[in-house]
Amino acid sequence: MEMIKQLAFILVSSVLVNNYVLSKFLGICPFLGVSKKLDQATGMGVAVIFVMLAATAATWPIYTYILVPQKLEYMQTIVFILVIAALVQFVEIVLKKYIPALHKSLGVYLPLITTNCAVLGVALNNISDGYNFIESMVSSLGCGLGFLLAMVIFSGVRSRVEQADPPESFKGLPITLVSAAIVSLAFFGFAGVAEALFL
Amino acid sequence: MEKKKSKLSILINGIIRENPVLVLVLGTCPTLAVTTSVTAAAGMGIAAMLVLICSNMAISALRKVIPDTVRIPCYIVLIAGFVTIVQLVMQAYVYDLYESLGVYLALIVVNCIILGRAEMFARENTVADSFFDGVGMGLGFTLALCAMATIREVFGSGTFCGMDIPFLKDHSISILTMAPGGFFVFGCLIALINKITKGKGVKRKDFSCDACPSAAFCKKRAFSTPDDACGVKDEKSSEN
Repeated sequence: MEMIKQLAFILVSSVLVNNYVLSKFLGICPFLGVSKKLDQATGMGVAVIFVMLAATAATWPIYTYILVPQKLEYMQTIVFILVIAALVQFVEIVLKKYIPALHKSLGVYLPLITTNCAVLGVALNNISDGYNFIESMVSSLGCGLGFLLAMVIFSGVRSRVEQADPPESFKGLPITLVSAAIVSLAFFGFAGVAEALFL
Repeated sequence: MEKKKSKLSILINGIIRENPVLVLVLGTCPTLAVTTSVTAAAGMGIAAMLVLICSNMAISALRKVIPDTVRIPCYIVLIAGFVTIVQLVMQAYVYDLYESLGVYLALIVVNCIILGRAEMFARENTVADSFFDGVGMGLGFTLALCAMATIREVFGSGTFCGMDIPFLKDHSISILTMAPGGFFVFGCLIALINKITKGKGVKRKDFSCDACPSAAFCKKRAFSTPDDACGVKDEKSSEN
C-alpha cells in the first residue's frame, strides 16, 4: 500500500506539478516546433512517452549494474546519450520492419527525439533522485504523460493564437512564448497538489 | 560559403547578427531554465562556450577523417566528452555553481547550439575560423543569457549577482523568477529584438526545421518528404 502511494505520488507530481515542459523547461524545442497541429502534437507526445520509457529501461540497469560497480559514474553523460541514440535508431529499425503501421505514425518523430533534452533529462534525473527501477519507470511515464498533456493543451491554445492579430513585433515566436507563459501559469496552480493528496 | 571572411567578422557575427539565442532561437531550454540569477546564467554561458570552442575545433580538425554518414554520432561523442570534462572541472573548482546548474550542465550535450555549429560551420571551415566562431557564438549565448537573467533577477527578486537593490528589493515581482516569467521575458526580449532590427536586413528564421540543427539529420534519414517533419509547411500543404 505504502509503495502504491509512493508511486502515485511520483506519477501525479511528474505529470502536473513538476511538468517537464512548463516548469522545468525541458523539451522546449518540440513543444514550440511541433505544437501547431493537434495530430502532430499527439504523435510527438506519444513518441516521447515511448522513448522515455525505453531510455529509462535501458539506462537505469546500465548505471546501476555496470557503471556503479566499475566506479565509472562520471561517464554517465556520455554513456546515456549514446545508449539513447542507439536505442532510438534500433527502435526505428525494428518498428519499420515489424510494425509498419506504428512506424508510419510514430517513426517520423523518432530521430527528432534523439537530441531532445527531456529524454536525457529524465534518465539523468531518475538517477540523481535515487529512484529504484519501478519508481524510475513510473516517473518516466509521468514525465512523458506530462509532456503529452502540455503539447495537447498548447496546440489548442496555439490554434487560437494563430488567428489573433498581435502587434507587428510580437508576431510569430514572441506571442507563442507569451501564450506559453500563460499556460505555464495555469500549471502553477497545481503546486502542492501531490503533497496534499498523498502525504 | 564565401571564402574570405575576416576573423573579426566571424566573431561579431555570432554576437549580433546571428545571435544563437535571440536570432537563431537555439538552445531555448537552458536559456529559460538558468536565467533566474545572473551568476548561474554567466556560469552556464561560460561552460557552454568552453564546450563549444573545444568541440568546434576538434570537429573542424577531424572534418576530413569523420565519414559523412556517421558524423552525427561522432559529433555527439566528442561533445559529450568535452561536457564531461567541463562538468568534472566545475565540480572540482566551483562546486556551488555546479550544484545550482544541476542537470542543465549535463544537458549541454543536447544543446542545439553546439551540434548546430558543428553541422553548420565547423564541418566546412578551418580550425582557426571554427575557434573564432566558437568564441563569437559562445559570447553571444552568454550575453543573451546574462541580459535575460539581469531582467529576471533585478525585477524578480530585487538583487543583482546576489547584491540587494534598495527600492526593488521590497517591491519585487517574484513571478518573473518562476517558470511563467521565463517564457514571458523571453518572448518580450525576442519581440524587442524584432522591433530593433526591423528593416536592417537581418534574416530571422521562424521557429521551424530551418533553424533546427538536427533538421539535416532527421530529414535525410527518416523523412521521405521533409515537409512532414516539424509541421513547417503545414499551411502550404493544407492549401493544396
